[in-house]
Amino acid sequence: MSVAGHSGAAVAAGSLLQARGLGLERGGRELFCDLSFAVRPGHLLQVEGANGAGKTSLLRILAGLSRYGFSGQVERAAPLLYLGHHSAVKAMLSPRENLAWHIAGEGSYRADEIDTALAQVGLYGYEDVPSHTLSAGQHRRVNLARLYLSRSPLWLLDEPFTAIDRDGVAALEALLVRHAQQGGAVVLTSHQRLSVSYPVARLDLRAGLKEGLSEGAHT
Amino acid sequence: MSAPGLLAFCGRLLRRQLVLALRRPVDIGNPLLFFAMVVALFPLGLGPAPAALAGFAPGILWIIALLANLLTADNLFRGDFEDGSLEQLLLSPQPLYLSVLAYVLAQWLVTGLLLAVLSPLFALMLGLPGAAVPTLVASLLLGTAVLSLVGGIGAALTVGLKRGGMLIALLILPFYMPVLIFGSAAVQAVVGGMPAASHLAILGAMLCLSVALAPLAISAALRISIDA
Repeated sequence: MSVAGHSGAAVAAGSLLQARGLGLERGGRELFCDLSFAVRPGHLLQVEGANGAGKTSLLRILAGLSRYGFSGQVERAAPLLYLGHHSAVKAMLSPRENLAWHIAGEGSYRADEIDTALAQVGLYGYEDVPSHTLSAGQHRRVNLARLYLSRSPLWLLDEPFTAIDRDGVAALEALLVRHAQQGGAVVLTSHQRLSVSYPVARLDLRAGLKEGLSEGAHT
Repeated sequence: MSAPGLLAFCGRLLRRQLVLALRRPVDIGNPLLFFAMVVALFPLGLGPAPAALAGFAPGILWIIALLANLLTADNLFRGDFEDGSLEQLLLSPQPLYLSVLAYVLAQWLVTGLLLAVLSPLFALMLGLPGAAVPTLVASLLLGTAVLSLVGGIGAALTVGLKRGGMLIALLILPFYMPVLIFGSAAVQAVVGGMPAASHLAILGAMLCLSVALAPLAISAALRISIDA
């Protein structure tokens, strides 16, 4: 599989993202506290925790969408791509238009790059149909096509495997590994274990860092 | 290739919003239909005497334009909030100030501008003197732009709420008042044989002020709404 338009993110050896002493309380319950870690190029970090453990909240804090109501600091040193629960795919636009005019303003893509990306997520032939005719899984795939186009070194993915079929999950895992190998970094939340032959650091929101990030570094 | 430049991104955003609006023509037609219906009701309620209608026409036209604008204000960010597009906009590397300006501009093009262009027709229905029509169009062009910008602040503040409809009216109606006063006064002045330039100049000043400040308020309000 080729990586269209992915210019093997040339990032300095420094950390892409640094979290210091993050803590969050919701409704009088402490979800996590004193969470410190650095995400460096080559890291693949999976955030784990039960439902309601604060995984999405953590990702929103890391992305900078949540600015108040938590303690600690986050330093972002690189452009990031955030995929949240909502797909941000406009039902009235075709998949091609959704990517070409994407509201995240990450880059401007050529038509053939978009075609390649859509083909890679299995939407060949669906480029110009209105998105409201697509299924929920296909909506997610339009959103995932952004990963094939992205040049941001840091990816923050909230439950990227939701509503994706088995082949799609395998392709996505391969893409994440390739991104890490090329000097990018991925922070993702997921309930399923990644089946990849690449060191995956795990961050359990209750227990703290389970497997250290340093061993996951491939710089 | 890096992120698109400022203007390229704004142009892209504007195009996206316009295409989205044009694919839902009902949403564009609704305020205009509302305008036409209410204008048609006034002769029934006030009596069809042309002199009386013409006297009230500036005020009537302006009040309906304001209400038509209020109808659409709530929709500005709602769709994008619900499908997650707004989060992505807040994360974009381009300054939010210009992005929200592009949003409001797109909305104004399909509401205020259309309303101003069609207003001579409605003015005719109420028997407004022909000499006042250019002033009506000019005042609506300037005034509805202010209304859209101010309405955007209310829309951004209430976008996180399930039912923001009434709240948004309470929030922004006080700021609509000056626009209504000077907009209808401009038309009234021409009807009374006076120059309207000073009123239009004040509307222009309001527009400058809201172009400068409203996007700041909208950006801040969006960040709060997304954070909550």
